[in-house]
Amino acid sequence: MTFTKSLQGLALSVAFMSTAAFAGEITINSDHSDPVPKKAMEELIADFQKANPDIKVKWNNFDHEGYKSAIRNFLTADAPDVAAWYAGNRMEPFVKAGLFADVSDVWKANGLNDQLKSASSSMTIDGKQWGVPYTYYQWGIYYRKDIFAEKGITPPKTWAELLAACEKLKAAGITPFTIGTKALWPTGGWFDYLNLRVNGYEFHMELTSGKVPYTDPRVKAVFEKWGELVKPGYFIANHAAIDWQDAVPQMVQGKAAMYLMGNFAVATMKDGGLKEDQIGFLQFPQITPNLPMAEEAPTDTFHIPAGAKNKEDAKKFLAYVASPEAQSKMNATLGQLPVNNKAEKPQDAFLKQGFEMLSGAYALAQFYDRDANAEMAKAGMEGFQEFMVKPDKADAILARIEKVRQRVYK
Amino acid sequence: MTKAVSSPPGFWTKNQQKLAPWLFLAPGFLMFIIYVLVPIVQSIWISFHDWDGLGEKVWIGLGNYVELLDDDSFYTSLKNNVIWLVLYLLSIPAGLAVALFLNQTVTGIRLYKSLFFFPFVISQVVVGLMFTWFYAPDFGLFSKLIEWLTGEQVAVLADERFVTYGIIAAGLWPQTAYCMILYLTGLNNINPEQVEAARMDGAKGMKLLWFVILPQLAPATFIAMVVTVIGSLRSFDLVSIMTAGGPYGSSQVLSYFMYEQALSEYGFRMGYGAAIAVVLFLIMMVFITLFIVRMLSQERNA
Repeated sequence: MTFTKSLQGLALSVAFMSTAAFAGEITINSDHSDPVPKKAMEELIADFQKANPDIKVKWNNFDHEGYKSAIRNFLTADAPDVAAWYAGNRMEPFVKAGLFADVSDVWKANGLNDQLKSASSSMTIDGKQWGVPYTYYQWGIYYRKDIFAEKGITPPKTWAELLAACEKLKAAGITPFTIGTKALWPTGGWFDYLNLRVNGYEFHMELTSGKVPYTDPRVKAVFEKWGELVKPGYFIANHAAIDWQDAVPQMVQGKAAMYLMGNFAVATMKDGGLKEDQIGFLQFPQITPNLPMAEEAPTDTFHIPAGAKNKEDAKKFLAYVASPEAQSKMNATLGQLPVNNKAEKPQDAFLKQGFEMLSGAYALAQFYDRDANAEMAKAGMEGFQEFMVKPDKADAILARIEKVRQRVYK
Repeated sequence: MTKAVSSPPGFWTKNQQKLAPWLFLAPGFLMFIIYVLVPIVQSIWISFHDWDGLGEKVWIGLGNYVELLDDDSFYTSLKNNVIWLVLYLLSIPAGLAVALFLNQTVTGIRLYKSLFFFPFVISQVVVGLMFTWFYAPDFGLFSKLIEWLTGEQVAVLADERFVTYGIIAAGLWPQTAYCMILYLTGLNNINPEQVEAARMDGAKGMKLLWFVILPQLAPATFIAMVVTVIGSLRSFDLVSIMTAGGPYGSSQVLSYFMYEQALSEYGFRMGYGAAIAVVLFLIMMVFITLFIVRMLSQERNA
């Protein structure tokens, strides 16, 4: 950075007081507010500074929920040098508004096209990469191993086996699936997986990017499959009143046996008193035979805002975050999976299973509320929630979602 | 006044009487214009645009309003707002009842009064959380009670038939306390001679309340009306905390609908949100105008 530029930076930093941005200093805004992510982030920054002694990192840690609206303000008004965000369509509005900088050169210079291959499609818009992924985690069905063994159920691999298992559990007085839909998004996991298994990844992506109407018979087929679980009461009652954490006790107490969730739920189950050998993990069963299995793996990312004052050092940070060493260490702390395929394999039993599943996956979906446009996601998930309460209204619900789709993607 | 002064009076001296009140009003006016009038005009202006808060504003005229008329959530919100408005008014008779009950001199009455006032002191968010647990299926006191009475569990906040009533019940708790305080101060100012005279004429019970006490409480009733009506129209905190508008949008009210469209995680439709805000503003304007007209006519008569 030239002298005048650094002077300007100094002047700006005095003016704003919040983001100092002269040469050798970068500002990072992120939402690592929970204790574990916070620790991982602290370690990452300390290691980065050790590796680059001439760069000083200033880190603004935001509350997780507040960050989602804060980012809109700081990207336009007072951009940091690095900002945390999410892959897929969640970053699209910022890319389209010209608020994220193109970082394709970081990818090229560090061989990331190869090392971060699994996430490259979700980081690419218009043929360019707009950020660097640093972690993801698997979704799947977590089940009570001990209950399955007691009732003589083998982990289902197909839809028919899953239905048979549900019937057996229900007959034994155990609700097959627990879920809490108050915050809406847990319903998205169900829709995604059913759609991925019934119609496949390509159709799912077409649908979530608004190219297919929700009244399409293929979407109806998804709801029919879903109805096969909803109508016989295979989900816990009153799920609309509770959050996802409040649904965990049902499983801990043995009142429910399965939970379709992200890997973060394991920690909550263990906190609730389940031992590791009581919890099993299984891939969402096959529905349409011979359809390649795509999985759900929401990816967290770092970006450089277009208004960043120290892009040069910010790119160094991105390259560091993408490196196998940094990703190994960070994800060991986070208890999640590194995106870099040269990184060390995880030790944790569930992560190991997840790692194997995801490395063999046909493709990765980000999650309904990240793949679909935000407004669309809200209307869609509200419809899914209603369907899980009133499965007979499927047609009316789909017609309503379709109305929103036509408006959002006009 | 200017007799003794030889030189002609300056501008200030001439106009002092006229200017002074404006100068005193100026800071207030300035604040009012910057923080109230300008934002109102801006909101109305934004409501004619399609805008995500980041990119260019696109003028779409009445497009947002047309869409609003075709939006099911808008009608759900409107309906719920009416339910809120009507049921929230219950806090006025409830507050009066509590105030009358507490308006006596026994030992420790101050303590009882403050205990009854307590719900108004705690934040709406806390009230919402407490009632959420109260209604929670499996462990909530209310659902346990219902289960014990009927043998069946009712998850109030997950059932579209009951959810709005459940939230209003939570809202009535602090609002009743508020109305109670208004009436308690009103009761302090009751003319004891009138009450005594009425007693001598043989009035008691409901008659005494209706013909002697209540007319004297009219100012308190008026204020209670105003705060309750406005409070019901801006019912936001409880909806946000207890259900976030759910299940599937059935407990939506206009103020939350506006927030969700314009500012929440899944929103950022500033124009649409502004259009909802304008509608809410117009509804409030009706009530505010009624109140102001009444107040002015009373002042004139006084």
